[in-house]
Amino acid sequence: MLELKNVTYKVTENNIDKTIIDGLDLTVEDGKFIVITGPNGGGKSTLARTIMGINKITSGNIILDGEDITEKSITERAKAGISFAFQQPVVFKGIKVLDLLRLAAGTKISVTEACEYLSKVGLCAKEYINREVNSSLSGGELKRIEIATVIARHTKISIFDEPEAGIDLWSFNNLIQVFENIRKTINGTVIIISHQERIINIADEIVVIKDGKVATRGTKEEIYPELVKSSSITGAGCSKLIEEGPVVC
Amino acid sequence: MLDVIQKQLLEEVADLHEVPAGAYNIRANGEMASRNTTANIDIVTKTDGKSGIDIKIKDGTKNESVHIPVVLSQSGIKEMVYNDFYIGDNCDVTIVAGCGIHNSGSKDSEHDGIHRFFVGKNSKVRYVEKHYGSGEGEGKRILNPVTEVYQKENSYVDMEMVQIKGVDSTIRETKAELEKGATLIVHERLMTHGNQSATSIYTVELNGEDSSTDVISRSVAKDTSEQIFEASIVGNNKCNGHAECDAIIMDKAHVVAIPKLDAKNIDAALIHEAAIGKIAGDQLIKLMSLGLTEHEAEEQIINGFLR
Repeated sequence: MLELKNVTYKVTENNIDKTIIDGLDLTVEDGKFIVITGPNGGGKSTLARTIMGINKITSGNIILDGEDITEKSITERAKAGISFAFQQPVVFKGIKVLDLLRLAAGTKISVTEACEYLSKVGLCAKEYINREVNSSLSGGELKRIEIATVIARHTKISIFDEPEAGIDLWSFNNLIQVFENIRKTINGTVIIISHQERIINIADEIVVIKDGKVATRGTKEEIYPELVKSSSITGAGCSKLIEEGPVVC
Repeated sequence: MLDVIQKQLLEEVADLHEVPAGAYNIRANGEMASRNTTANIDIVTKTDGKSGIDIKIKDGTKNESVHIPVVLSQSGIKEMVYNDFYIGDNCDVTIVAGCGIHNSGSKDSEHDGIHRFFVGKNSKVRYVEKHYGSGEGEGKRILNPVTEVYQKENSYVDMEMVQIKGVDSTIRETKAELEKGATLIVHERLMTHGNQSATSIYTVELNGEDSSTDVISRSVAKDTSEQIFEASIVGNNKCNGHAECDAIIMDKAHVVAIPKLDAKNIDAALIHEAAIGKIAGDQLIKLMSLGLTEHEAEEQIINGFLR
């Protein structure tokens, strides 16, 4: 179980303190598939980054399975069972897809195993396994590789920060299938930061973050009508996407 | 016979675990340790008073290799070696050079090599040169290689220059002259640490029509080490030239990149790119989020960068 207790995160911009997360409380039960949504600038991505330890909180506590991890580093949190898929996947020079998946898995997994992770995110593995994780890959490809690194870790908690950001509609359509697949197969808690109706649709629970606080939370049936009314999600266009078949290698 | 240290050095600089196949000349502590020639590749000791060898490769020699590693394990040796490669027309060969210095004494050990390549028409040459230093002595490990490349029509030379560890001081000078349709590719990989200094100076003259070059350097400078990369491409004809210096700077290191493009023909297309910067923070964070420590993440990023 992941607990956030009275979490506050402030930044100083031009000598003015700005509160991004404001005394937020949130408990995430094991094995849940949670979507965190809400208006832009509400603190969703910052919240995700504080759970991973990328952004250090100003005050409050983060507790994982009863252990206070507030002061723990990114590495320690990763080892404690938290994974994080970046909104903007990081590119490298010289590090190949296979290398990154091996680092993620924590062992020298075989090429076949690595390919299985790529297949799970809809990439034709043999074309990618030896490619460098650099900017010659498209935004959609990088995003999927990023997601594959999280799947390869098999951690208790997997956080995905706006997986739909920066990818084209075709890639997006495939991405939904990827998350539907994750929904069915993953053993652990999944937290997705998203604005997308179709991702929200597959959640057990929706948490709406606004002004650095939990504005509301509940099941899709409870929350979704409210969201549509307040237009705080941007589902425009995605229901018109053409359904694509599974990726064929 | 080679001792254990010399064998280790050989493994580092030439990936040799045993005697190589094909032609070779192994030089240890200033003397020839062993040599083998083949029907197509001859190696002869210079007779003009200079120390070194002539490597003669017959026209049409394909899929053969020459290994000419040098190892120094005795502290205080200073040598100047002249090696000339005469590569005939229509060849396809691999040449592996390299120098390993183990200095556990207090005197400086220095190997200065001058390699000249005369590459015949339509020949393809892959050249690998690795430098490596080891030993805990106060004496410095110094390597100053000079490489001259003269390429005939439509020849293709691919050079891989690697110096990853343990060499205190290096000045590398590489000069090339290319005739019509010739191509020179250089991949340099360099890492300096401690107080080391490394200078690489490339001058490529694109003399023939449609000649081309691509000089790519990737380097990492750690601690208080210093690196200077100077690439000069001269376009004397219709040609294509590209030089790229990409450096990661760490700690209190100092990195200088000096581009020089010199076009003397309206159809000379010359490009230089240089980038120096520290390891990107988001790269570290990504790898740490996979469970690596900051130090492990740094190692992975550098290993990939210098691959």
